[in-house]
Amino acid sequence: MSRKILLEHIDVPGINTFDTYRKMGGYRSVEKALKTMSPDDVVEEVKKSGMRGRGGAGFPTGMKWSFLAKPVGVPRYLVCNADESEPGTFKDRYLMEKIPHALIEGMITSSYALGANTSYIYIRGEYFYVLRILEKAIAEAYANGFLGKNILGSGYDLDLYVHPGAGAYICGEETALLESLEGKRGNPRVKPPFPAIAGLYACPTVVNNVETIAAIAPIVNMGGDEYAKIGIGRSTGTKLISASGHINNPGIYEIELGLPVEEFIYSDKYCGGIKNGKKLKAVVAGGSSVPILPANLILKTANNEARLMSYESLSDGGFVSGTMLGSGGFIVYDEDSCIVRNTWNFARFYHHESCGQCSPCREGTGWMEKVLHRIEYGHGKLSDIDLLVEVSKKIEGNTICPLGDAAAWPVASAIRHFREEFEWHIKEASISQTRNFGLLAAHEALVK
Amino acid sequence: MNLAFSEEALTLSKALMKRYPEGKHKSALIPILHIAQAEFNGWLSSDAMDYVASIIGIKPIEVYEVASFYSMFNMQPVGKCSLEVCHTGPCAINGAESLISYLENKLNIKLGQTTADGMFTLKAVECLGSCGSAPMLQCGVNYYENLTNEKADDLINKLTAENRLQSYTDIK
Repeated sequence: MSRKILLEHIDVPGINTFDTYRKMGGYRSVEKALKTMSPDDVVEEVKKSGMRGRGGAGFPTGMKWSFLAKPVGVPRYLVCNADESEPGTFKDRYLMEKIPHALIEGMITSSYALGANTSYIYIRGEYFYVLRILEKAIAEAYANGFLGKNILGSGYDLDLYVHPGAGAYICGEETALLESLEGKRGNPRVKPPFPAIAGLYACPTVVNNVETIAAIAPIVNMGGDEYAKIGIGRSTGTKLISASGHINNPGIYEIELGLPVEEFIYSDKYCGGIKNGKKLKAVVAGGSSVPILPANLILKTANNEARLMSYESLSDGGFVSGTMLGSGGFIVYDEDSCIVRNTWNFARFYHHESCGQCSPCREGTGWMEKVLHRIEYGHGKLSDIDLLVEVSKKIEGNTICPLGDAAAWPVASAIRHFREEFEWHIKEASISQTRNFGLLAAHEALVK
Repeated sequence: MNLAFSEEALTLSKALMKRYPEGKHKSALIPILHIAQAEFNGWLSSDAMDYVASIIGIKPIEVYEVASFYSMFNMQPVGKCSLEVCHTGPCAINGAESLISYLENKLNIKLGQTTADGMFTLKAVECLGSCGSAPMLQCGVNYYENLTNEKADDLINKLTAENRLQSYTDIK
């Protein structure tokens, strides 16, 4: 379960350079694809791999690729989404910084499969130093004949550019990203049409996450069927998990999908258990947008089966008792954590990041932040709890992009699983200012 | 309008516009606004935005609406060093709040303010993708991670000694 594919050579000195990356077997997928496969063959392998998009939504990549329209005489684009901004997620930054050529190689092979002759990597502006690393890697790839005209004598041309954003979570949403790449505000577009029909400059476009594109190289190298054997069920392959919060070993871990959550949290190979010998209280398993789960439900499903790190297992029980793998941003909370404060923090984040196009999100995120702030600071009313649930329900599903849902879920799930703690905050307003709810009543939910 | 880019910045801006298809060079707006901020003291005045519009050949309003949307673009003057402390979820539970208080006391300013000598602006920003190395802050192009009060002291001494505008991008 500790199989490494993307990070296999992470510890090799100089792996950030073309020469070392190439020596370790890098760019083989480009050679294989351009010399022995048709673009459709590559798409077929990706379909067979069953890999699901690693950005958060988990949509099968091969299927997304097969939707791409191919009208004659119209350029097609591949755009890499490197706008990693989901709180708790920092895997793409790690991958791009340490092994930039893994992304460049994936971009070339994927662009060939999709018939794109110009591709862009849209990276969040805050990662400017990573942009420089990528630009250096791209220059090396040009110098070695893997980018530019007539790559490896195949007749295939590709130009690749990195494009910075400037601070906007919403630009991780693919149509907002495309607007931003066109030099506009990052307002998501109404869909349909989807980018596969009308994306960048109204041309057919595929937008994929960094980790997704990097995984194309090993899929092409080993073949889709082999890749599909890794992992569990419909959760094929490996996934980068960003581990943060109250754990002994925060960082990036590549796991084979299907690893038990309990092992991931407590094994010294991964998170190494809870910091300072404390007990586990809750986990946000897939970035701030996914429902928070209390300790008992993150370790075991409602049916008392071990919870696994996979798309299916994490979402077992729906939103009543489950959550989502999302982007793999795994945030761990110890027994002393204040769920109310954390929920307010996330609500403030979504309010700050709402683009303002849709009223339910623009008004609702601010409303939730305000109510949570007053509960956290001792001015809440008991009716505020139901008010929050009601507002979250009015946002969910009523906006043109998923930011509304992403803002609603953390609030709704915190109340679903920790209602008592919210009530305690309101009833014991003076005490809650100086100490956290902690072990007081959530005792039964705590394990280990 | 009497602002103008350096020769180097102008050349770079023109090269950036060529990265996009014929007629789509407005795509270079955000990259060029980053350059403008680095060229013009870390913020975008109306004159600076008008100048950028003139380089790209678009209307000033097209620049204003974009500049005002993105959090990395400063619409007001800032200090030479913007200390941008992440205060979202994972950082908040691992020391961001005490780091902010420490910096407020040390610099004798509140969040959003600039020191009287124009050296430091203190900001709280949303997730910078450094959740495993909290608490952290960004200043210019650099990330400073796993911060303690002592490390923050060292950083402030270092930046004071450098005494220059810390921009997100260097014009190279």
